[in-house]
Amino acid sequence: MAKITFIEHNGNEHTVEGDNGMSVMEVAVKNMVPGIDADCGGACACATCHVYLQGDWAEKLGERSEMEEDMLDFAFDVKDSSRLSCQIRVSDDIDGLVVKVPEKQF
Amino acid sequence: MTEQAIETDVVIVGAGPCGLFAVFELGLLDLKCHVIDILDKPGGQCAELYPEKPIYDIPALPIVTGQELTDRLLEQAAPFNPAYHYNQMVTGLNRKDDGTFEMETDGGLKFHCKVVVIAAGGGSFQPKKPPIPGIEDFEGTSVFYSVKRMEDFRNKDILIVGGGDSALDWVINLQPLAKSMTLLHRRDEFRAAPDSVNKMRELVASGKMNLHIGQVTGLKGDNGVLSAATVKGKEGEFNVACNSLLPFFGLTMKLGPVADWGLNLEENLIPVDTEKFSTSERGIFAIGDINHYPGKLKLILSGFHEAALMAQEAFRIINPGERLLFQYTTSSSNLQKKLGVA
Ligand SMILES: Cc1cc2nc3c(=O)[nH]c(=O)nc-3n(C[C@H](O)[C@H](O)[C@H](O)COP(=O)(O)OP(=O)(O)OC[C@H]3O[C@@H](n4cnc5c(N)ncnc54)[C@H](O)[C@@H]3O)c2cc1C
Ligand code: FES
Repeated sequence: MAKITFIEHNGNEHTVEGDNGMSVMEVAVKNMVPGIDADCGGACACATCHVYLQGDWAEKLGERSEMEEDMLDFAFDVKDSSRLSCQIRVSDDIDGLVVKVPEKQF
Repeated sequence: MTEQAIETDVVIVGAGPCGLFAVFELGLLDLKCHVIDILDKPGGQCAELYPEKPIYDIPALPIVTGQELTDRLLEQAAPFNPAYHYNQMVTGLNRKDDGTFEMETDGGLKFHCKVVVIAAGGGSFQPKKPPIPGIEDFEGTSVFYSVKRMEDFRNKDILIVGGGDSALDWVINLQPLAKSMTLLHRRDEFRAAPDSVNKMRELVASGKMNLHIGQVTGLKGDNGVLSAATVKGKEGEFNVACNSLLPFFGLTMKLGPVADWGLNLEENLIPVDTEKFSTSERGIFAIGDINHYPGKLKLILSGFHEAALMAQEAFRIINPGERLLFQYTTSSSNLQKKLGVA
């Protein structure tokens, strides 16, 4: 189990709990966090679940897979902290994760 | 362009799994179909979003990928010789005085039919529009999301953004026409086919085009005429002079023209009855993800069932007064002849 905080573009924060094994995208959708569209339902095929990792989470979570890196080409304003939230698995290790949701998934 | 309208019994909007199975069900009742999709291939979401992913809830197929399901549906519909029209967006749908329908596509195709089946799923797949501030002011004049006519790009200073096959294909195809060609991508690695990437690298090496690594943050120009794009790269911001911009960021589903056809819509879905899956307009049906009724589940198997019931009513509309015999494919020699197995 992990507590995850989603920060909307307008600054609204949502801190919710996710069960191990879910994806961070699924946690957002289940808790109706605005701004995560997830058109492809987590197939790493749409890039509409883009988030920015906050703090030092980019180092902690490690490298993006090649598939995720490819799909990020379809996201807008990609930064070093960018991830596709459907590709991050919930585990005890990510307790306290903070991510920012972009203004639009377009 | 005044093209002759194509005459047919049924036009199906959308070649997703439900549109494809509708061809089969209508075919069993001797109804001829034309299927139109804006994608360049059949399969809808299954082929565009998850071709390699397994589906586990298709009856009697314990596991099948999105692409395999598409291929099997095409095979199943093949005996009825449907016509498929890809890369075509159905834009217009009008009822004529005699109750038949006229339809047209953005590619200039025209159809005249007796029944319309809307199997438009989550909507039409359309190019994603990057949220660059002010981009709307240049759309259609300097910013394009697809290439309709290559000639329109002759002697232009073209900036193409993206790293996939669409981006690289257009770099290679338009470079000989262009006054200047620049490719911009967020990283120096490309998802596109290796052959295209090699060709692009050769063009860069021989000085015939430019390659920049970075992302567009703003656009410069007046009255819809672009003069440059502002790009943020590793070494800071710079401008790329261009008067044509082609961003290729993949596709997303948008309801699209279906909204303009005068049908009742509830939250972008078309309400239907559960006996015939008819819309509020007689002769226009809606099946698959696009429709809504109490208890609706957006599953492929639900769409298949909807297609079978819809076909019965479509038959009655097209053959008024004729009796429809209920038959099984296992035992009806008539149906087997149509399927080419008798
Ligand atoms: C990742 C993922 C996994 C899924 N897994 C399952 C599963 O396991 N089991 C299951 O049952 N379902 C699953 N689904 C849902 C399933 O894919 C949909 O229910 C199904 O694709 C709906 O089929 P459809 O034919 O109604 O529409 P779609 O597949 O959406 O196809 C509609 C087509 O119509 C075209 N179109 C729309 N408007 C126009 C227009 N105006 N002109 C031209 N073309 C147009 C679109 O371009 C599109 O190709 C999944 C979906 C996703 C995204
Ligand atoms: S949900 Fe589509 S890529 Fe993550």
